[in-house]
Amino acid sequence: MMETIEPSISDRPLKIAGKEFSNRFLLGTGKFKNKKDLQDAIAASGTQIVTVALRRIDLERHEENILEYIPKDVTLLINTSGARNAREAVAIAHLARDSGYGDWIKIEVINDSKYLLPDNEETVKATEILAKEGFTILPYMYPDLYTARALVKANAATVMPLGSLIGSHQGLQTREFIQILVDEIAVPIIVDAGLGAPSHAAEAMELGAAGVLANTAIASALHPAAIAKAFSLAVEGGRLAYLSKMAKSLPQANASSPLTGFLFEATENF
Amino acid sequence: MISLEHIRQILLDRSPATLEKLAGKAAQLTQQYFGRTIGLYAPLYLSNYCGSYCTYCGFHSHNRIKRFKLTPEEMRQEMAYLANQGIENILLLTGESYQLTPMEYLQEAVGIANDYFSSISLEVHPLETGQYAQLFAGGVDGIAVYQETYDRKLYSQVHRSGIKADYDFRYRAPQRAAGGGIRSITLGILLGLADPAEDLCSLYQHLRLMEKNYPGVEYSLSFPRLKPIKAKDFVKASVDDATFIKIICLTRVLFPRVGINLSTRERPWIRDHVLGLGVTRLSAGSNTSVGGYTLKAVDEQDPQFDIEDHRSLAQIIAVIKKSHFDPILTDWRRIKNPSALYSSWQKG
Repeated sequence: MMETIEPSISDRPLKIAGKEFSNRFLLGTGKFKNKKDLQDAIAASGTQIVTVALRRIDLERHEENILEYIPKDVTLLINTSGARNAREAVAIAHLARDSGYGDWIKIEVINDSKYLLPDNEETVKATEILAKEGFTILPYMYPDLYTARALVKANAATVMPLGSLIGSHQGLQTREFIQILVDEIAVPIIVDAGLGAPSHAAEAMELGAAGVLANTAIASALHPAAIAKAFSLAVEGGRLAYLSKMAKSLPQANASSPLTGFLFEATENF
Repeated sequence: MISLEHIRQILLDRSPATLEKLAGKAAQLTQQYFGRTIGLYAPLYLSNYCGSYCTYCGFHSHNRIKRFKLTPEEMRQEMAYLANQGIENILLLTGESYQLTPMEYLQEAVGIANDYFSSISLEVHPLETGQYAQLFAGGVDGIAVYQETYDRKLYSQVHRSGIKADYDFRYRAPQRAAGGGIRSITLGILLGLADPAEDLCSLYQHLRLMEKNYPGVEYSLSFPRLKPIKAKDFVKASVDDATFIKIICLTRVLFPRVGINLSTRERPWIRDHVLGLGVTRLSAGSNTSVGGYTLKAVDEQDPQFDIEDHRSLAQIIAVIKKSHFDPILTDWRRIKNPSALYSSWQKG
């Protein structure tokens, strides 16, 4: 029987606002054809953070309450979907806390219905206000270094740059800029939006992202639980690749025997 | 932007293969951007008083129907009925009477609706920006205002008198609504009045104008097909089922993120089959008469138009689920809409 060799690299858990997570895949809950699919996707992926739009929660009466399908040990991240400015995002966060959904808020401020691009300026404003009030803020943003720095200054717990347009499945169109954030920003970078395939998620993790959030790609697949698991595995694989300090692609060929290696040889051959 | 000739070519193409290709693309985009969800809403007619004479409408001012408007108590009764059915998203409608359903009346209705629904939309006569701002502050999220037709000549023929006869005032109503802070705006054409290709082209241009100038608004489109009223037919340019489906699919392909509404004007057969092809919201369990839910017996009712899909909300939900879609009743959580942001505008 072949011996299984476990890689000797050990990883630390993802730490957000003092809370630790062994799974770095975050799941969005919109667009599923039924709540059972959502429940199965959560279980299959092993995700530990799930985001729900406050606007979709119906506590009063009629619908199956989406929260009943989210296990209690999963961290609930309420998002401010529908907010067009900082004021509305803040109001939604207050409503979420007052309704007993905790104080982990993913700020989404979108004032463009055609591209659904986040408004970075308003996102910073909302983060400043809510972080001061004790909320744990995970802001969704367009990957801009200055904005990311402002968010960190405002005490954001993470920064969540978009990979490409929401729902576009185009993958890491913003790759270079996310790389800059990974290199320069001290809080975890969690790539959100536009990831259409597990390979996109793996790519984000290989870059050094601390986590990945996906929704549409999973909700719209024929087998949501299977693709959710595939995403989770890809995130794990990408993370391991990042930790392995794998060779990065280079713009031209690179000699596998270093040209100046002889300078560092122990002894001269002549 | 797509040309009129191209739209016409697509609508006239009778090839099933072309339609299938268009439908395939539309289905893929709908699933990509909206997932497998269908929003649900219900209309509630507050009044059938109308000062406009629109030849195709059951409420028009020259039509001898029993006119009345709901009292606050009657509004509560009708609203409570719909809320108990499960409706969270209400569309309040009136005829176009500035005198008999003035702002105060609309504000009162909206105030009551706040007690029953999480999202309130209005389909009433066009208003001024300041009035839209007041309604927004009162809790209105959405405004529906259809141009009906963009053919100016035909527009003046079918809208013979009243405020609706003013084409430009109506055309600019969505801009005023957006300026008043309204979050969600529905535009539409009444299919059956004019050349559908021309109206569709103009509607798309109107939508692009709105998108560029008011990018924060969520837009939806509606394509009601002109229906008979108490069996009397007003159709001038018939739009058959295949053309209707093409209009929905083409719209989805050109505007992947725009909402598309489908009312109970359409037959169950059509409504069930277009799930997934582009439609994002359905009305359900609807009645188009004032007081039609709880106050008036069927033989006492004067509907704005005859509906085709008489199934209850529960039945529609069952059909949606059977088709592997998630019926969405709640997609809005009310926060206090800001009046202060727009008050400076009103003063200006």
